[in-house]
Amino acid sequence: MGNFKVEILETDLLIIGGGTAGCFSAVKAREKAADLDVLILEKAHIERSGCLAAGMNAINAYINPGESPESFVRYVRADAMGLIREDLVLSMARRLNEVVEEVESWGLPIMKDREGNYLARGRWNIKISGERLKPIIANKALEAGARVLNRVLVTDLLVEDNQVKGAIGFNIRKGVFYLIQARAVIVATGGAAGIYRPNNQGSAHHKMWYPPFNTGAGYAMGIRAGAEMTSFEMRFIALRTKDVIAPTGTLALGFGATQVNARGERFMAKKYAHLGAEGAPTPWRVYGPTQEIKEGRGPVFLDTTHLKEEEVRELKKSYLNMYPELVLAWAANGFDPGKEPVEIQGTEPYLVGGHTQSGYWIDVDRQTSIEGLYAAGDVAGGAPYKFVSGCWAEGAIAAESAVAYIREREGEERGPIIDKLDLDARAGEVFAPLNRSEGVHPREMEESLQKIMDEYAGGISRYYEMNEKELGMAEQKLEKLKSQVKYLKAGDLHELMNCHEVMDRIDVARVLVKHLQYRKETRWPAYQSFVDYPALNDREWLKFVNSRYENGEIKIYERPYQQLIPGDRYLP
Amino acid sequence: MSVEFDYRLCNSCGGKEEPFCVKYCPGDLLAIDEESGKPYIRDEGDCWDCMVCVKSCPLGAIETRLPYPLASYKASLKPKILKDRIIWYLKDAEGREEVFEIKTFN
Repeated sequence: MGNFKVEILETDLLIIGGGTAGCFSAVKAREKAADLDVLILEKAHIERSGCLAAGMNAINAYINPGESPESFVRYVRADAMGLIREDLVLSMARRLNEVVEEVESWGLPIMKDREGNYLARGRWNIKISGERLKPIIANKALEAGARVLNRVLVTDLLVEDNQVKGAIGFNIRKGVFYLIQARAVIVATGGAAGIYRPNNQGSAHHKMWYPPFNTGAGYAMGIRAGAEMTSFEMRFIALRTKDVIAPTGTLALGFGATQVNARGERFMAKKYAHLGAEGAPTPWRVYGPTQEIKEGRGPVFLDTTHLKEEEVRELKKSYLNMYPELVLAWAANGFDPGKEPVEIQGTEPYLVGGHTQSGYWIDVDRQTSIEGLYAAGDVAGGAPYKFVSGCWAEGAIAAESAVAYIREREGEERGPIIDKLDLDARAGEVFAPLNRSEGVHPREMEESLQKIMDEYAGGISRYYEMNEKELGMAEQKLEKLKSQVKYLKAGDLHELMNCHEVMDRIDVARVLVKHLQYRKETRWPAYQSFVDYPALNDREWLKFVNSRYENGEIKIYERPYQQLIPGDRYLP
Repeated sequence: MSVEFDYRLCNSCGGKEEPFCVKYCPGDLLAIDEESGKPYIRDEGDCWDCMVCVKSCPLGAIETRLPYPLASYKASLKPKILKDRIIWYLKDAEGREEVFEIKTFN
């Protein structure tokens, strides 16, 4: 297929991904340096792309009065079972309130109490009326003068001598192939969904927690470029309402609902009091209910039967700001949460650097192991508990660092990064599935990947547990699947996008399995339940498991843990 | 089920190359049918039910229908987008209505 158009784009700062972190970093970069060109490449449309598509009803990382960035780090450290990059979480925590207040000034309605303080919903949480949150920040990026190209899928980074030079990709509506030259790059593509088989099948298979359109592109392009990744083994499993997969934080925090099993027992208090009961670290709050179901005491519910009519109405309003389908499902099914408890379940595992810490290994400036390449938001690792405001904070830090990097090299020459022949070859590779009339449909390959991961790498069907034998088989099956990628076929540009998405997920899954095999302990139950090594083992495993793709192999690097904030790492 | 188009109301946003629903879908799930010139969803199972298309339709021609295994038939949730508010019209399976008005912009 030689009939695709090639366009060469140039920018100072390339931002891959116009989501929560990406849009905010664009605003900050333009604020800091109005003379620099900032280009956002977005796979969908920045108006509603990524996690914030339907809105948001709370900010879950905010330093409320009485707390401090240090107390936040202590809390997050305990919640992540004593192992986090404290420097990253601290630097993020110091910017949380400032970025939230800034977005409020852009028009986000935030509920306030009678004194005019933000209405707290929990220790670190405030309520917002955020149905339009994404358009608000997207429009600010445009107002700030960032250029945006929507419907562009970035397939790979261009790196030379461990320095980022730009990226390549294509327009999924027009089929144009792009070569982008940039002085610095911020990857902000979010985390990875669709690695594991989800709760729902068939006509509901995309009814999941994380956006099914966040497919780990940023992780994959970094892996292929040899960037160092961290903590893929700390997967994230969300505790959500059954079937419709709506958030439960709203119920638990916002409306004080407790978990009960089929016998009406408050099992978190009964069995996990030593870890904090309902306030136990997040992985335990997934492990607990999963065990109840596994051992025959399910289903598990969040008890909402104490809610009065007016509270139920407030609850629905809260969901309408972020997950309206739940309200519709309740109405359709004749369900009243004031009269019956809400059934909950664990989702399939995801990889995110927002709730947990899977992603690029970065320094405190958010620079990855590749020079000039920065990561912010769910694609960046080492710092869990980001949620929306943490992504903004990281976006700000990355933008400032990237601008400084560009300024330091202002006088430098920018040579051509790729010759004509190589460019045609790269474009040919990207569009190759369109030229195959026979082969494998991306949906089929996706099903195969999800089945392998579910059955051999601790998915829902295995109650998230895995053992060495299974992981070894997962490794082999993934290698076989990777060898089949050359048969992927696409009938149109949308399917071509799906081909690249499944290729990215396979690359991510292979690194994930390597990490799961390597950490020989169970630090985060459910997230990482290694049956052969069921105990937490600080003696040998108080360190980070990192990896780099080198010479065709996934090589593991151990990195030390550093305690900055004093105190017991397991107490919030 | 995912989203349903009322083609009596839909006019493809006046024959734009990219009607709003097609323009904003975060999954690139909506495309224009070559024959009718109107938008349709490529694969219903791929829908995330985020309702971006529903909200972006200036004529209210798109409705969310949850997958049948998740929600029984005959309820509806329709948003009305105003400059600084959103009004949600909820109708349950028995036809009982509830209205919610929420501020979205200051």
